[in-house]
Amino acid sequence: MGANRVAVIGCGQTKYTAIRGDVSMPGLIREAAYRALDDAGLTMDDIDAVVIGKAPDFFEGMMMPETYLAEALGAVGKPLFRVHTAGSVGGSTAIVAASHVEAGVHERVLTIGWQQQSVSEAMWALSFPIPFQQQLVAGAGGYFAPFIREYMRRSGAPDDIGILVALKDRVNALKNPYAHLHEPEISYDSIKESFMLWEPIRYSETCPSSDGAFAMVLGSEKAAEQAQAATGVRPAWIIGTSMKSEPATANGRDQITPQAGKDCAADVYRQAGITNPLEQIDMVEMYVPFSWYEPMWLENLGFAAEGEGWKLTEKGTTQMDGQLPVNCSGGVLSTNPIGASGMIRFGEAAMQVRGQAGDHQVDGVNTALGHAYGGAAQFFAMWVVSAEKP
Amino acid sequence: MSDDRTVSTFPEGVWTQPAVTVPALEGEPVQRVTIPASMRYDYSPGLTQTRFLRGLEQKKIYGERTPGAEDVYVSHRGVDPVTGVPTTEVVEVGPNATITAFCVVHIGFGVNAPPTPFVSALFLADGAVVSLYGTVGEVEYDKVRIGMRVEPVWVDDDALTTSMENIKYWRPIDEPDVPAEQLKGHM
Repeated sequence: MGANRVAVIGCGQTKYTAIRGDVSMPGLIREAAYRALDDAGLTMDDIDAVVIGKAPDFFEGMMMPETYLAEALGAVGKPLFRVHTAGSVGGSTAIVAASHVEAGVHERVLTIGWQQQSVSEAMWALSFPIPFQQQLVAGAGGYFAPFIREYMRRSGAPDDIGILVALKDRVNALKNPYAHLHEPEISYDSIKESFMLWEPIRYSETCPSSDGAFAMVLGSEKAAEQAQAATGVRPAWIIGTSMKSEPATANGRDQITPQAGKDCAADVYRQAGITNPLEQIDMVEMYVPFSWYEPMWLENLGFAAEGEGWKLTEKGTTQMDGQLPVNCSGGVLSTNPIGASGMIRFGEAAMQVRGQAGDHQVDGVNTALGHAYGGAAQFFAMWVVSAEKP
Repeated sequence: MSDDRTVSTFPEGVWTQPAVTVPALEGEPVQRVTIPASMRYDYSPGLTQTRFLRGLEQKKIYGERTPGAEDVYVSHRGVDPVTGVPTTEVVEVGPNATITAFCVVHIGFGVNAPPTPFVSALFLADGAVVSLYGTVGEVEYDKVRIGMRVEPVWVDDDALTTSMENIKYWRPIDEPDVPAEQLKGHM
């Protein structure tokens, strides 16, 4: 490809919570950023550029914070810009940051994704009236629930697959000290009996609203070798990146398994030399804001044939000790600062490859996939990271 | 601490300002305030949406297509989303429609949300290729089906405006369901 090699050489995140009231937005971002720098054994002086991404401004009521964040980060004078791609933004932002290094212009780039859901009401932001279309009076869940119902109809999946996903992710979250939701009492029955919000989505099958930030330092081959020598932690080499999108409405569009998602997966697998994703990928951090999206994305990402994804969930393949662990961190179902959620997926994949995931570490992860989607399931961003230098 | 403190790390030492003296607070600091926010704006819908919105005022649903093409889009943005070619041919669609997907909502958002539980659904107006969002009325929420045939229920004539709000909800009509397989790709 002619691109320079690039690796994740530092990761940092905040403890996710419903209301992070003790810090302002710049303070929140700074916390994650400096943890990532510490992890890489670097200081801000070593950083050549900063690439940031957050959710749409009206989700937080904070307009264009990028205009004043350089000061808070101690990065005045460095190139700093923002990426916008709705819910997939955390993934897209990391990919843009990687491209800075691939291009050979920058040695070390800091990238940060975040959101303070507590300062506004994202659900309201998705439900405001506009004159040319009927108001969606049901929030994000009301948008996605009909597609989940259609998936259930087409696949003939048992009614409780969503419960199994939610139980797995919430139990995984207990192993991740940064996860927002820690529910030691969670059980199959408690999820099944939780309040029905947007039938077929129950309360315990949907993501929380979180405050938090995730940051990574990406480095060139030279920077990666120096960081490994300094910290003793191996880099996660980025061996494939891809972003794809499609129109929200178009004749023939399949919202259940969007073509852009299939194309994005095919593109990133081609770059990474993956021909059999179930065999060759050791774990996945997948963007699953509603439980049923795990089987839906398993199919969209090529881990299972169409209509068969739920079988992997049902037989435990996606459990921590299964063939393809999915969302060992607890996933979006346990932590959802929207603007950061994509970057958390990418970053957690890198942490698994680096052997940094602590209690939710899977043994022997060599290759991991980070996945994000956004908008009306129309924006996709993915990367594959590997312990082996490409 | 010196009188001056560095407020940025780059350019080093160039930007300095006097140290800030913060008076001691009495009682707890205010950390959160709730402030209602609103934005008032003028909306210029353009040619395509003007035709659509004027149609709604007449209780008609206008779609559009690229000349010579088959796909009729509603509510449209002036171009065919697949080809990018402007849609200039106006085609009346509906008013009857088919439910292509739905969910039962037990928690409503926004001032216009009906009492819960209600059904939020996608409606494929006859002759169109993509669905519109709306709610279902005059039927029990657990009797709604994919493929169910429906018609719009309009607000009273003296309340008609150039808005989608003219359609209060959709209600079932006595026609056989459309097979779900025929609705793929039209949500």
